[in-house]
Amino acid sequence: MGRYFLKRLWHGAGVIFGVTIIVFVVTRLVGDPVKVMLPLEATVEQRAAFEKQLGLDRPIPVQFIEFMGGIARLDFGDSLWQHRPAMQIVFEKLPLTLELSFLGIGLALVLAIPLGIIAALRPGGLSDRSTVFVSLIGLSVPQFWLGLLLIVLFAVQLHWLPTSGIATPAHIILPAVTMALPALARMVMIVRSSMIDELNQQYVKTAFAKGLPFYRVVGIHALRNASLPVVTLGGWELIRAVAGYSVVVETVFAWPGLGLTAIQAIEREDLILLQAIVFTVAVTVVLINILMDVVYTIIDPRLKLA
Amino acid sequence: MQTKTNIDKMLGSRRQEWRQRLRGLSQELWRDKAGLIGVALIFALLFMSLAAPLLAPYDPAAQDLRARLKPPVWSAKGTWKHALGTDHLGRDVLSRVIYGSRVSLLVGTTVVLLAGTFGVVMGLLAGYRGGRMDSFVMRWIDTQVAFPGLLLALIILAVIGPSMTTVIIVLSLNGWMVYGRMTRSAVLSVRQTAYVEAAEIIGCNSRRVIFRHILPNLTSPLLTLAILEFARIVLAEAALSFLGLGIQPPATSWGLDVATGKDYIFRAWWLVTMPGIAISITVLAVNLVASWMRLISDPQEREKQFARQMAILKKRGRSIAVPGKVVSQ
Repeated sequence: MGRYFLKRLWHGAGVIFGVTIIVFVVTRLVGDPVKVMLPLEATVEQRAAFEKQLGLDRPIPVQFIEFMGGIARLDFGDSLWQHRPAMQIVFEKLPLTLELSFLGIGLALVLAIPLGIIAALRPGGLSDRSTVFVSLIGLSVPQFWLGLLLIVLFAVQLHWLPTSGIATPAHIILPAVTMALPALARMVMIVRSSMIDELNQQYVKTAFAKGLPFYRVVGIHALRNASLPVVTLGGWELIRAVAGYSVVVETVFAWPGLGLTAIQAIEREDLILLQAIVFTVAVTVVLINILMDVVYTIIDPRLKLA
Repeated sequence: MQTKTNIDKMLGSRRQEWRQRLRGLSQELWRDKAGLIGVALIFALLFMSLAAPLLAPYDPAAQDLRARLKPPVWSAKGTWKHALGTDHLGRDVLSRVIYGSRVSLLVGTTVVLLAGTFGVVMGLLAGYRGGRMDSFVMRWIDTQVAFPGLLLALIILAVIGPSMTTVIIVLSLNGWMVYGRMTRSAVLSVRQTAYVEAAEIIGCNSRRVIFRHILPNLTSPLLTLAILEFARIVLAEAALSFLGLGIQPPATSWGLDVATGKDYIFRAWWLVTMPGIAISITVLAVNLVASWMRLISDPQEREKQFARQMAILKKRGRSIAVPGKVVSQ
């Protein structure tokens, strides 16, 4: 058990190290950060001064050591766009992204389990076929477009909810629903298929035969076994929400989290801020992975022996 | 000339076999209406993108400032001149949607081919060579899977600058791991079988073993995976273009058009709606085909389907079909 987690931590550290190397290579060797960040009309002297300021005039190994040292101190330098430490901006934005992602994926999970179970009770029945059909549509609709449709419907036409921003608690409803729906479609499919598998097992028949009530057999015996793939997918969805979907959803709803900030950093050619964001998200992803491992050991007692 | 006739005979029987297989496949497709709709839609999309210059009523980039923000034909002020309306520069939405299919299909196909080839090669190397090669490739895959691709894409796009080539590179870099994993695990399970061992014992070289004895076993799962990946990549290209990091303005892309329409969402709903519907239909069609393919390539599912059909036939009181033969009424 302890060794298992040590191994996972080691793997997580490897991932973060890999990310920093890739970020270093892409920003220093593939591209020219000075060319990206300074305007075209900058003079040679300005370029040289800027290179010096960023430490780009020194040999690559020295730069690499500096870079890693900066990461160890959580210091990426000042954002070129906002003229304050990049990590300070990141720590302001990170909670907003986490809030949106956890709420969205949590919503998807809460809805997916009952919907998937209802569909699985009678495979091929009306509720099953309609669930599968709706999920298939949910899988096919682009997330950013879904968000825009929700804005048109609930904000522009019905005036029920605000379009964008974070002024009131109601502002999170539309972004969270947009975050949840595609994940919900994928999760319902998984809950359904793993529940169908479990309900065909012998132990379910035994449980019914010895006279256990329906809700106990389905809701406790079968669901507990079916929940393993669901938790795996839930963790994966959470990771993709933090590190992928948040960029899209935050852009649609002007939700000022890390995703929107990343897009703004690219538009303003602020590589320093972008590096800080990428690094922070990588660490968050690794932490979520470890959290998922803890959840597994709680659900699946077989893992405790390992 | 004996050999030639023999080869001819062999080719002839092969052709017949293929024809029979194709007929069986189309019969099965006819039975699964959802899959049929998917295949039909994909052919329609292919035709649309190939014949775009013939089908589109206007040049997708041609501006007509006197006909700006015209609504589609079915709304009160719409005309047949612009069936799906026009955008803020007076460009014809229908033509843009038709031309936009080219980008989606091109990016999707290229990325699937690039990522698929690389992934299969790496998976074969890992599974067949084993040992250090295997652990290296698997470590690489694990690390890359653990780290979400979009962030990597953002950094690369910020440094190199967005274009169609960058989009293809970035999506291929992020998409090869699934193929690698699947190929490796399939190779590992096939390697243990008696026929691969036999082929190795009679002295086939590793190339022949891989291409003749191992790869054919992987075609149907790999094909299903490639189709699913295609759907994912069409969505990813649309999302990148929507964020302004994909296809750049003079060119046309569905995602890009949704992004430009976003600014007119209060006045011109069709600008956002039309390209979005195009993306959704494309991805839905691909998903329908993928789920049909999974059904016909999974023996368990086939058995279930066969049992269901038997049940239906029995209920109707008809004679029961023997698989592969014509149903007698």
